[in-house]
Amino acid sequence: MESETVAIVDYGMGNLRSVQNAIEHLGGKSVIVASPLELSAYDKIILPGVGAFGQAISCLHQTGLAEALHERRAKGAHILGICLGMQLMCSSSEEEGMHEGLNWFAARVKRFLPNTGLSVPHMGWNGVEFARPDPVLAGLSSGSDAYFVHSYHVHSDEPTDVLASTDYGLRFCSMIQRGNVRGIQFHPEKSQEFGLAIIRNYLEMSC
Amino acid sequence: MLKKRLIAVLILRDGQVVQSVRFKHTNVIHYDAVHAMEAFNKWAVDEIVILNVSRDVASRDKFAEIIERISCHCFVPLAAGGWIDGEDYAQRLLRSGADKLVINTSLADDPELVSRLAMRYGRQCIVASMDVKRDASGLPQIALDRGSRVVDITPEAWACKAVELGAGEILFNSIDHDGARKGYDIESIQKICEAVEVPVIAFGGVFSWSHLVEGINAGSAAVAVANQFHYTEQSTRKAKTYLAEAGVLVRQQGQIHVSV
Repeated sequence: MESETVAIVDYGMGNLRSVQNAIEHLGGKSVIVASPLELSAYDKIILPGVGAFGQAISCLHQTGLAEALHERRAKGAHILGICLGMQLMCSSSEEEGMHEGLNWFAARVKRFLPNTGLSVPHMGWNGVEFARPDPVLAGLSSGSDAYFVHSYHVHSDEPTDVLASTDYGLRFCSMIQRGNVRGIQFHPEKSQEFGLAIIRNYLEMSC
Repeated sequence: MLKKRLIAVLILRDGQVVQSVRFKHTNVIHYDAVHAMEAFNKWAVDEIVILNVSRDVASRDKFAEIIERISCHCFVPLAAGGWIDGEDYAQRLLRSGADKLVINTSLADDPELVSRLAMRYGRQCIVASMDVKRDASGLPQIALDRGSRVVDITPEAWACKAVELGAGEILFNSIDHDGARKGYDIESIQKICEAVEVPVIAFGGVFSWSHLVEGINAGSAAVAVANQFHYTEQSTRKAKTYLAEAGVLVRQQGQIHVSV
């Protein structure tokens, strides 16, 4: 497959390798990028992440990567946030205090309510219901299962930004999109064929 | 709705996949763990757990290398464990491509390590593995260090302690049931599922697929199989089909075809 090299943002958190493995498996190319300066060369950028929101957002600011990401977004780069990466794109998070996010989506990151009889974190395979078509969902069926691991979920204040939703005690936003920016709450790199197809669609998008 | 998970466990000794019978590992099933993993990856399994049961501490390096080789082909979550006694090795396994750390003996020997790892990587990353062994009177105890010593505490109390330390999941195994083909230790699993809110993975003793349904009915969020998955082609797919036909909500696979 002919596709552009994808920059995977390294800000000290998360399993970057599995995202890299998935891209490589699909015949794409990726590089791990930790410096804001280097990031400016890429039009496809994946913001992965596992861990705590507060620590992640301060890492992004301290390293200058937040500013570089804002700049790339403004220049039309296709940015894909995965898991915590999606949450970082929201306006705020209530994870261990209140934190401001990158504010690309009018959306808030909230904790799953305890005492609903459901385990937190929400961990395992759950259905992804598409709200509307999108190039990254091309050829895929709504309702397919994807692998989730998270204790906080995204609540979008802009219903049209919601690309897909998932039911876990409540219906939450599991994919979000506005312009050239997308966020995915589940781990496409760990969601077998379904997830790999999403990544392939992303790799094939033209910039 | 969240699906019940079907997990394949690979037991590794010196880099080879071995059969486990009451924690003795004499028969080699696969000489190459990557081949075993590739089959499972194709056959509808929802997650892979890979455990290094070698008694030789020097096996750690080779194990990390295997994780690295395996993870390139693994597009379901991969949990790895064995000899995790420090942050450096934990980090090495994660950097090699593991998504979760399976921790057993350190729960007793270095509980603070477990908490530090949970703080650093999140509880979802920490799977507390507990091996139950019944004493002469049939009372369950917790066995550590590949079954070589026991702690006199009930499985449910141990599970609660693990969750307090930061475990996001419990991998339950029974030394008496391991390789004994009589199904899971349902009694212990039920008590643990009642005691903790985190997902419990039932493991140890599956011979017939109906054992999987028993594990789910006992309250488990996931059912794991090691030996039995290696003996027949498409075994994980057959197990999935059995679960689905028994009314268990499982992930269906195969609607999507990715050409690569």
